Parts: sequence; C-alpha cells; structure tokens
Amino acid sequence: MEDIEHFEKEIRLVDENGRRIDGRSLDALRPIKIEAGVLKRADGSAYVEWGDNRVLAAVYGPREAHPRHLQDPTRALVQCRYNMAPFSVSDRKRPGPDRRSVEISKVTSEAFANVVFREQFPRTSVDIFIEVLQADAGTRCAGITAASVALADAGIPMRDLIASCASGKIAGQIALDLNKEEDNFGDADCPMAVVPRTGEIVLLQMDGHLTEDEFDRAMKLSMGATSKIYEMQKDALRRRYAVTALDEDDASEVSP
Amino acid sequence: MESSEPRRQVVIPGEIVDTHGLKPGHGTYVDGGKVLAAFLGIRTEHEGFVDIIPLGGRYFPQPDDEVVGQVVDLGPSHWLIDLNAPYPAPLHATESPWRVEFGETSKFMIIGDACLVKVLSVDETKRVQVTMRDRGGRRLSGGHIVEIGHSKVPRLIGKGGSMITMIKDFTRCQAFVGQNGRVWIDGEMNDMVHAIQAIRMIDEHAQAIGLTESVKGYLEGAYGKRGA
Amino acid sequence: MSSEVVSELMREHIVKLVASGRRADGRGPEETRKLTIEKNYIKTAEGSARVRLGNTDVLVGVKIGIGEPYPDTPTSGVLTTSAELVPLASPTFESGPPSPTAIEIARVVDRGIRETKTVDMSKLVITPGEKVWVLFIDIHALDYDGNLFDAASYGTLAALSCATMRGAKLGVPDRPLPVDHWPISITAAKIRNTIVFDPALDEERIADARLTVATDENGDVRAMQKGLTGSFSYDEVRYVISTARRLGNEIRGIVRA
Repeated sequence: MEDIEHFEKEIRLVDENGRRIDGRSLDALRPIKIEAGVLKRADGSAYVEWGDNRVLAAVYGPREAHPRHLQDPTRALVQCRYNMAPFSVSDRKRPGPDRRSVEISKVTSEAFANVVFREQFPRTSVDIFIEVLQADAGTRCAGITAASVALADAGIPMRDLIASCASGKIAGQIALDLNKEEDNFGDADCPMAVVPRTGEIVLLQMDGHLTEDEFDRAMKLSMGATSKIYEMQKDALRRRYAVTALDEDDASEVSP
Repeated sequence: MESSEPRRQVVIPGEIVDTHGLKPGHGTYVDGGKVLAAFLGIRTEHEGFVDIIPLGGRYFPQPDDEVVGQVVDLGPSHWLIDLNAPYPAPLHATESPWRVEFGETSKFMIIGDACLVKVLSVDETKRVQVTMRDRGGRRLSGGHIVEIGHSKVPRLIGKGGSMITMIKDFTRCQAFVGQNGRVWIDGEMNDMVHAIQAIRMIDEHAQAIGLTESVKGYLEGAYGKRGA
Repeated sequence: MSSEVVSELMREHIVKLVASGRRADGRGPEETRKLTIEKNYIKTAEGSARVRLGNTDVLVGVKIGIGEPYPDTPTSGVLTTSAELVPLASPTFESGPPSPTAIEIARVVDRGIRETKTVDMSKLVITPGEKVWVLFIDIHALDYDGNLFDAASYGTLAALSCATMRGAKLGVPDRPLPVDHWPISITAAKIRNTIVFDPALDEERIADARLTVATDENGDVRAMQKGLTGSFSYDEVRYVISTARRLGNEIRGIVRA
C-alpha cells in the first residue's frame, strides 16, 4: 500500500525559532475536544479529537464477568480493549488485535484498575472499549483520556479521573505531545497517565533515549499538560449534564 | 430551556465536596481528611451529611426495592431473575406464591417471563435475593415494559406519586414503576401508546424545567382537558 | 431490555402494535428513520462516511492502494469488504473473530458493490497481471439500534462516492474513484404477519424474517438477501421489492449528495 512518506533525516523537526512542523512550540499541546455521552447503547461513552487523532470510548458495566472462571469473588475486573479501525492509519491495518493493541489494552486496564472502586462490585467486570478511528500518534493517551470520561459517564465509582499525555525528545529537544512524524523520527517518546488530584502515575512507558534530566523535564511538561486535560475532561462531563434548574414541585423527589 | 442558577452542583469523581465539616454520606469517600466525590453526580446535603446522587450508572438493588424482573434462567427449585442490575437474583420456589414441586418451576414461569418482585436482601458479597410473596408480587402477562434510566424513577413517580397518577388517570392504564427503571403498563393499545410516550418524555427530559406541564400538555392534547 | 432475552410480554406488545399499523417509535410501517451522512469523516482513509440511521451509527472507511491482482483475475482490481461489529457498539457484540452476522453483512455489502458494478473492477487495472488498484472497504459499527445492513450499505456507497485514488506513486494526478451505479438497499422485517421497513432494534429482535432488497437508479433489482428462520409469501416479496424501490429513490439523494 502507500509507503510511509520519506522524510530526509535532515528534515527539521524543530526550526531555529523553536517551531515544530505543525507550527507548535515545544511545550504546546495539540488542540483537544472532548464530548461525553455520545453513544446510546453503551452505559457511558466519550469522544475525543486530539490533533488528528479521533478516538471513541465506551464503557459497559459493572456486568457479570464472563467466563465464570475469570470472576474475582472479591471485586470487579477492569478489562479494557484498545482497538484500531483498519482505516485509522495510512497503511490499512488488518482488523483484529495485534500485539501492540494487546499490550496497550493491558497497561490501560491496569491504569484504570487503580482508580475504580472495584470492591463495590465483586464478580463483575467493568468493560472499557477504546476504538481509534483516526490515528496520528498519542492514541493511547487520547484513548485513556476518553475512557476516563466514559467511566464517569457510566456512573462507575472512582477515586478520580485519569488524565494522560506523552512527551518526548525531537531534534535533541524535549517536546510535549508528539505527532506522528515526530514520533517516527524523534529520539524518545514517553506516554504517561496520572491521577490528577494526587499526581500518582498509573501508566508510564518510554522508548528511545533520555538522560535523567531530560526525563525530568519531559515529565514536567506532561504533568502540566495533564492538568489542562483534566479540566477539559471535567468540562465535558459538566456540559453533558448541565443542570439548569429543577421543577419546584419535583425537586424534593430527586433524592436518594 | 431558560437557564438559571444551578440549584444542584454537578461534581466529578475526585472532587472535594465538603467545605464545612460535613460527614461523608452516600457516593463519597474520604482521603487525607477530606470528603471527595466517588461518582459523577449531584452534590446534596442532609442532616449533616454530604451525599452524591449519581447521574448515570446502573441500577443497584437495595432491600425493599420493588422491581420489574425478567426470568433469564431456571433450575429445579428456583428461577434466575434479571433485574437490570450488575447481578441477577435467584427467586427460590419457596419465595413464590405457588406450590412448586421440585423440578416443576417451568410450569409457573419460563425463561422470558416478566414478573414483579421485591428485593429481600443484599449480602456483603452483593448476592441479591428476591421474593414474590410480597403484596403485588406476581408473574406479569399482557401489557408492555418500558425501560428508563433508573435515576429518573423519582421523577416519573413524582411528588406523592403525582406524575404517574396523572399518566394513569389520563390513559386509564395500569402502571407499575420498578425502582430498577423498568415500567410495566397495561391498557388499551391506543392508551398504552400515549402512556409510553409520556414516560419517554420524562426519561428524555428529566432535568428540564416545566416537565410536569409539558407532560400534562401532551396528555391533554391526546385526551382533551379533563380533571385528573 | 438490557438482557438479551426478550420477554414474551414485550414481543406480544410489539406484534399487536405493528399489526395495528403503528410502531414503538411512532413511525408508520413503511417509514424509515432519519438518515444523516457525513462524508470524508476520516482523513487517513481515501474515502469515508459516517452514517446515522435513527440511533444506529456506522463508520465506513475505504482504503485504496496499489497491489497485485489475484492470479485468476489479472484484469481486475481487488476489492475486499469486512465488517467489525466491535463490542463498543452493543452489549451483545463480543470481541473475537467476525461472527456469522458480521460476515453476512460484509458479504452482502460486497456483492452489492461488486456484482452491481457500482465500482467496475475492470476499470481499476494499471498493468494487467501486475499492478491494479486494491480497495478495502471496512465497516465499523459504533452504535447498534437495528438495521446494520442498510446503514452499512449507505455508508459504503457514500464512502466510495467521495473516495480518491492517489496517483503519487504512479506519477499521475489524484482522481476520484469512479462510481457507476447507485444501488440503495432497503431492509424489511416481518413480525408475525406484518411487514415493517427499516426495523429498529426492538423490532429486529422479535422479527420472524428479514428481507433486504437493493434497487438502482433505474428501478431494477440489484441484490437481495433473506434472513432469519421465518418465510415470506411470493406476494410479500413483491410488496417489499416495490416499496424498496420507492423508499430507495427517496434515500438515493441523501447518499449521493
């Protein structure tokens, strides 16, 4: 199929003014839009546009975990399935899980298992589905960002949302939120996810080459970004359930 | 929809919800001496407690809830009832209004049958037991079942039952609103169509101002003005 | 109902309701749900469309590349259609290899394109026996509320209609994928003795039989598929065909736009 476009190694990922190929500065996020409650069948859902990424997340549950032998008698399972649509990438991807998707599914499940109040629902599973409809690097971060919103939308009890972002190194410089070219031709990429209120890191991966100091600077950029992303997630949820006012007569009825 | 000051505040999981030393109520958790929201929901206070009423989420059975269930499996001495909840609940033959011989459960209810049951108990492992021996408990036949978000149930019932009574009076339908968000109605086909439409309006617009008026307007449009 | 078992009580209600000429969502028996199509929805695809038919939501992507023809058809482009009923779209969809339903949908949509020469595969040859255009149609269900057959079919046709064949590798300009026909599929469900068109999920779940008919811009029948275990009388089939032709004409404009 279509070849990966060949950038010369000399292509300047960062120009002399610190501008990246897409015009961003090194510490800028791509534009992000988040919408909660976008699907009808799912218990909770969210849609995220993040640069040229388009990701849909849905949550079903808690529901009885099947097969039976996987059930945990003391708490809920948290099972996330990350999947890329065949048309989401330049070279069509065969449908079905590949090893990369399986790995991302696993680390994402583990991140969410940290914040969901699992003991409230023994023997069940909270099923999270992330579908990447269009990819431009950073899909796992976009997916986690969407899935957190979908979990809250589904009424799953959690300690907090999870916000996720990546930073890395391009042309020797630390940069936030790499796009596809930067990820392909850069020197390092480090996706992470945090519990925003406490700063606990629940997902962390890195490939490439970073000194300890570079790592610190990359994490600082990501942490700053996740604060902003967290605000966007909360805003999406509030917009979904904008409560203008309640009928006088019935106000007292809306109580536990 | 006119906008006005939000009377109830929407909170996100992880948000701090106590400001004046309130005690942690339903839907909250405590961390580092602070009370935080565990659910996406509405923050309310009562009797010194701060509670979060979840906005979404599946129905979770509570003892004494009266619900509309559906038989999804059966064994020689029990039926397994789906309650539109994360867990199905067994209904033992001894908790039914019938004399059921061992192995003869299918004579009384089969898979797919709908019924009214009451939640007897929920233990620490979240195993739910239901009974049909309570007043009103029975197998349902005829009519139709509509599902609404279970958080909309109080709205559908209305203050002192006013909303559901209004719908029943106009449409002359029988109706039972299960705490689990399933509503059984029965009546003439035309009347059921109107009742279902009114119920759907409430499910869609539960948060709206003037909902009672809108539903009344719809019913009056269908039946003409008349006293409830 | 949230569980997959449909109670007899609800089935009987819908049966009686449709027999009286009404449907649960207020439509008439021959009325189709609101259809919206967004073309060019996905940048990474050469053609794409997101279709909403009522609450059913399907995304179709068309990827076009260059490759080798099949050995037994050296003068024909290559077309492969697949459908993924991903678990996100319904609590009843499971992850794993395509179910028979997914395969049936893909094959019916594929025949609807290939056998109708909607896209004429013989026009997609670059060098006979060596290089041809290769098309992948990927149907991705997003939200399932009945009638995936029609939603997938409209999405496919819409995606093909805005697809571009990129000529960079051949040193030629990009050109649009030629679409020669516009077959529109219409699905009917038989519930006891009543036939309704564009079944929503609650109707589909209790239907005894299903018939999909695709008609083209000349009113000719181009594809048919009967499903489920019930049967149709010959008169019922003719009725579905003539209604499908009329409804298809109304929908064709939306898909072509």
